[in-house]
Amino acid sequence: MKIHEYQAKDILRQSGVPVPDGQVVTSPDEAAKASRIIGGNLWVVKAQVHAGGRGKGGGVKVVHDPGEVVSVTESLLKTSLVTPQTGPDGVKVHKILVEQGVNIEKELYLGMVIDRKTERPAMIFSQAGGMEIEEVAKNTPELIWKEYVDPATGWLPYQSRNLIYRLDPVPTPAVVKQLMSVMAKIYNVFITLDCSLVEINPLVIAAENKVFAVDAKMNLDDNALFRHKDLLALDDPSEEDPLDLMAKQYNLNYIRLDGNIGAMVNGAGLAMATLDLIKAAGAEPANFLDAGGGANEEMIAKGFEIILKDPRVKAILVNIFGGILRCDILARGVVAAAQKNQIEVPLIVRLEGTNVEEGRKILENSDLSFLLAKDLAEAADHVAGQVKGKD
Amino acid sequence: MSILVDENSKIVVQGMTGREGTFHTKQMLAYGTKVVGGVSPGKGGQAVEGVPVFNTVGEVVEKERADVAIIFVPPPFAADAVLESISSGIKVIVCITEGIPTLDMVKVSSCLKGSETVLIGPNCPGIISPGKTKVGIMPGNIHMPGNMAVISRSGTLTYEVVYQLTQVGMGQSTCIGIGGDPIIGSTFIDHLKRFQEDPETEGVVLIGEIGGTAEEEAAEFIKTSINKPVVAFIAGQTAPPGKRMGHAGAIISGGQGKAEDKIKALELAGITVAPNLSHLGQTALDVMKNA
Repeated sequence: MKIHEYQAKDILRQSGVPVPDGQVVTSPDEAAKASRIIGGNLWVVKAQVHAGGRGKGGGVKVVHDPGEVVSVTESLLKTSLVTPQTGPDGVKVHKILVEQGVNIEKELYLGMVIDRKTERPAMIFSQAGGMEIEEVAKNTPELIWKEYVDPATGWLPYQSRNLIYRLDPVPTPAVVKQLMSVMAKIYNVFITLDCSLVEINPLVIAAENKVFAVDAKMNLDDNALFRHKDLLALDDPSEEDPLDLMAKQYNLNYIRLDGNIGAMVNGAGLAMATLDLIKAAGAEPANFLDAGGGANEEMIAKGFEIILKDPRVKAILVNIFGGILRCDILARGVVAAAQKNQIEVPLIVRLEGTNVEEGRKILENSDLSFLLAKDLAEAADHVAGQVKGKD
Repeated sequence: MSILVDENSKIVVQGMTGREGTFHTKQMLAYGTKVVGGVSPGKGGQAVEGVPVFNTVGEVVEKERADVAIIFVPPPFAADAVLESISSGIKVIVCITEGIPTLDMVKVSSCLKGSETVLIGPNCPGIISPGKTKVGIMPGNIHMPGNMAVISRSGTLTYEVVYQLTQVGMGQSTCIGIGGDPIIGSTFIDHLKRFQEDPETEGVVLIGEIGGTAEEEAAEFIKTSINKPVVAFIAGQTAPPGKRMGHAGAIISGGQGKAEDKIKALELAGITVAPNLSHLGQTALDVMKNA
C-alpha cells in the first residue's frame, strides 16, 4: 500500500525525525490560511499523489509570496497532474501539502528497502541527494552506500557511522549526531510498521546545522496490514482505476494493460506466460488477470465481468490449467457471467487439468459461442486469427 | 533416485484440520504419500482421513518419526509454523502459504542460515518425485516418473510445463516450485546443485519470471558448475515495469528484474531459452536429443 507524502511525514514527525512545518489543504482558501500559520517568506506547494516524478510533472513549486501559494494551489487542484509515472491522462489532485521552505545547504539520499539477495533490510545512503536514485545507481554507483541489517541485532550505531563518515566533506559533529538519530529512527519505523520502502530524498542539511526530511515516500507491506489495522485509514483509492478496485474487492489480481485482447488465467506465472503468448501471436494483451488457485464460481464470474466492462477488449482468451481450481468451476463461472452480460467479442477457451471433460461439457451445453483450443499453440493461433480478421 | 523427498519420506501436515490442509492431505494420501501426522494446536487427539492430529510438530517427530513438513497455516502464523519445524529437526519444509509478511521471512531466512533444514517456498506448489511421493498441491496425474528435473518460481505454469514434458514422453525425477515471493527458503542454485549430483536426473527445466536477479545468478552458476543440459523459460516478457504481476516477487523495479535481461544472461551461459510456452516440451526434447 502506498501512502501520501504528508501521511509519511506525520509518521516521521511522531517518530522524532525532523520534517518542515506544513499543512494539508484542499482549497485555495485553506492554502492562504496555511501560509499565514506557517509564516516565514519561503513556501513549498506540493501535490499529494502516489505517483513518482511529481517534480518533473510540475506538481512541486517553490514560492516566495503568499499570493503564489494560493494561485499554485488553485491551478494544481484544477488540472490533472501528468508525471513520468502516471500515464498520459494523469491523476486528479485532491490534496496539497503547503510547507515551510528550507534553506538547503546539502541534499542527501536516505532509503530503506528489503534486499532480495541478502534477504535483509538494507539502508541506502548517498551524497547525491535530490536526484532520481535509479539514475545515480546506473551512472555513479560509487556514490551509493549500503548497510545490511541483521534482524537479530537490529540497526547498530556503527552502521550509521559507516555511512555518514563517507560523506565528503565530513559534516559537523552536530549534523553527524542528527543523521545518526535519523537513521536509527528510520529503521525503527521500517520494522515497526512493516514497510517495504521508506525513502527520504532529499534528506537536507540546512542552515544552522539543521537536518530535515524534505520529501518522504513510504510503502507498506500489504501482507502485513493485518497487524496494522490503524494504518488502513491511510489508504487513498482515489487514484486507482475503477476496474482495479472491483478486482481487489473480489481478491482477483488484475492489472490493466494497453492492448485489446482480454485474458483470464489461473496462476500468476501462467498468466504472465499467456500474455507473452498473445504478444507473440501478433496481438497486445488488454489486462493481466490471475484468478488464483482457489477461485470459486463467483470470483471467476466477477473476473469475467471486469474484462467485459473494458470497452477496448476485442477478443477474450481464457487459459486455465486446473489444479486446485477445477475446470468445471471455471466453466460454470464463465457461463454465469455470460448470462448476465452480453458477450459481443470472440471468446477463445483453453482448458486443461482437473475435471477438464466436465468443464468442456458445461461450456458446450451452454448457449455460449466460443472457440475451444486443444492446447496453448492452438489458442495462440486463434488469437492470431482474431488479429488478422480485424485487418 | 530423486532429490529431497522419496517413497520413504514421512510427512507431517501443519494446519491439517483447515479446509486446504484436509483437502490436500486426502490428495497426497491418494497419491501414495506417507502422511504420518498432522498438527493443529488444540486439536491433538483428533484424526483427519485416519491420520492422527497432534498439538505440536515435536510430538509428530517423536512419535511418528516425521522428517518432512508441509504447511497450510494462514499467513499471520505461517512463519511461526516454519520456525517450529526447523527447531523440531524437520529436514525438508514445504510452505504452501501465500501472503506471509516480508519481515517475517527475513527472520525465517536468518534462522535457516544456521540450520540443516531445507525450506521450499513459501507461496509455492511444493515438491513431487513422481511415482514416489507428492508433498504439495500439484495435480499428481500430469506427472510421470523419469529423468527430467523441473525447478520453477510458479505454480500453474509449472503444471503446464510438466504436462507438456509428459506429453512428449519425458518423465520427471523431481519437480520443485520454489515460490513466487521476494524472500524464499531455497533458490534455483540450491536445487541445481542437488540435481547435478542426482544420478537419475539427466536434464533440468528451469522456469523463471520477472523480478529480482535469481535467474541471472542461476545462469552464472550453471556456466561454472552444471554439466547436465538445462532448458529455460522466462515468463513476463510483456510485463510493464513497476507493477506486481500477481506474485509478490514478480515486479520490475529500479530497472532490475526484466525478462530480457534474464534471457540474455541465460543465453550467454549457453542455456537454451524456449521463446514461447506453447512449444516448451518440444524444445526440451530437442535439447536432450542433441545433448
